[in-house]
Amino acid sequence: MRTDFVAREVFTGLRRNVTMTIAMVLTTAISLGLVGTGLLAVRTIDRTEQLYSDRVEVQVALTSDVSAADTDCSQAVCTALRSKLEALTQVEAVRYENQQQAYERYLQLFKGQALADLVRPQSLPSTLRVRLNDQETGAQAVRQATTGQVGVRNVIDQREVVARLFDFLGGVRDVTFGLAVVQAIAALLLISNTVQVSAFTRRTEVGVMRLVGATRWYTQLPFLIEAVVTGVVGALIAVGGLVIGKFLFIDQLLSGIVSNGVVPPVEVADIIWVSPILVMIGAAIASVTGYATLRLYVRL
Amino acid sequence: MLRAGRSAVSSPVVIRLEHVTKLYKTSTRPALDQVSVTIDRGEFVFLIGPSGSGKSTFLRLLLREDVPTKGDIYVSDLNVAKLPRRRVPRLRQRIGCVFQDFRLLSNKTVGGNVAFALEVIGKSQSTVRKVVPEVLDLVGLAGKADRMPHELSGGEQQRVAIARAFVNRPLVLLADEPTGNLDPDTSQDIMLLLERINRTGTTVLMATHDHSIVDSMRRRVVELDMGHIVRDESRGVYGVGR
Repeated sequence: MRTDFVAREVFTGLRRNVTMTIAMVLTTAISLGLVGTGLLAVRTIDRTEQLYSDRVEVQVALTSDVSAADTDCSQAVCTALRSKLEALTQVEAVRYENQQQAYERYLQLFKGQALADLVRPQSLPSTLRVRLNDQETGAQAVRQATTGQVGVRNVIDQREVVARLFDFLGGVRDVTFGLAVVQAIAALLLISNTVQVSAFTRRTEVGVMRLVGATRWYTQLPFLIEAVVTGVVGALIAVGGLVIGKFLFIDQLLSGIVSNGVVPPVEVADIIWVSPILVMIGAAIASVTGYATLRLYVRL
Repeated sequence: MLRAGRSAVSSPVVIRLEHVTKLYKTSTRPALDQVSVTIDRGEFVFLIGPSGSGKSTFLRLLLREDVPTKGDIYVSDLNVAKLPRRRVPRLRQRIGCVFQDFRLLSNKTVGGNVAFALEVIGKSQSTVRKVVPEVLDLVGLAGKADRMPHELSGGEQQRVAIARAFVNRPLVLLADEPTGNLDPDTSQDIMLLLERINRTGTTVLMATHDHSIVDSMRRRVVELDMGHIVRDESRGVYGVGR
């Protein structure tokens, strides 16, 4: 295989259809940029879930009479509830928070606000704070075990609050993937079209190649490599776009909630993790499309 | 005409057609009908006949641009019709082709055009550098390697095409109306060149309409009409008055 020859053919091919090549590169870049955004969203969702599984608890609030009487969960009602919870396999740990502790945390949360002055320790319930080791079924199990029991006021699942955040991130992911698919179809058609145009403009060359007995590799490889080059260049531009997008846009958008620890930040390392995936997708789509086009539409 | 029983390998036979029929889907009459013919190594053969007589089909089948509906075709030891796709390039490397319209690459120099034929079959740069000037010399274009095709006359362009067809030293040179676009004097020069190539031992098969060339050369003439071979003479003329 004469690599210098193939490289030269690829280069002339790309230069000859320069407008088409640029269109193809840009479409591929946008498509892969969206795929990358989707992947980053998935990664952020995963990490946010991890972040919260460490922190999120199910709270079993106790009735006011139990709350007032028991400061360390030593009385019968509370210990019974506690051991019942601890017996559940989905439960990792149970911690008791009495009225005084609840009041202190409340004061800290609403420090400097008028609300802080309105509340007395007696108006807050004591809670059994349950840490789960099984996020899927744990909350339901805790609810079943405690609802309607003596001394239980209500059960609060913090994940219900967080779920809305996940819904939002999941929505972002779905929309970007949806757009990416549409763009990918456009990129696919453009690649196919470019290969056909490229083959047509070089039909004399290809005709001569066939006549003098060049193998299929020699006649088709330049077209395939052309497609792959544009796919890879598109992927690289997409990665560049993600980096720029991170610094110009995502960082600012998320700055508030990231610094509060609500959502983990999108790191450059995440983009580095995404980039080889994008390059591979770009190269794979381009080569498969190119090959299929050559087989189906171009008689070489 | 058919010399049956001869083994294709190590025989002087270069091209052999056995009862070849070619039917195109769009036509009721076969383009070739039970054609059998044998061409030996080193022969110079004219393939003549009116338009639609089957000359082009004949050449296309030899090159495996198409497969016959029935019958067998051998080029050297290769069974052309049954050749697997991946071995078709090997067949075509043994056949050189020249056309009426030259089919040169307008963006490459004369030398580049000839070199192209070697590069695309994977010949090394050193081979290309050695062989291309030799063959340009043979066709009478020494010193014109750096010219572009459009700077050359028609006759010179056809010489480039012949150089390209011959540079890989094929067993057979197929020429499809090579003088069709040229004036009589230039045509004569091209025929002299084809004769010179024939003297190197290369079989030349030339499809033509040119009476005067066929008559002056006095070589073997195979005449096709309506898909049949109607004449095969070893020292024929075009057939004045037909």
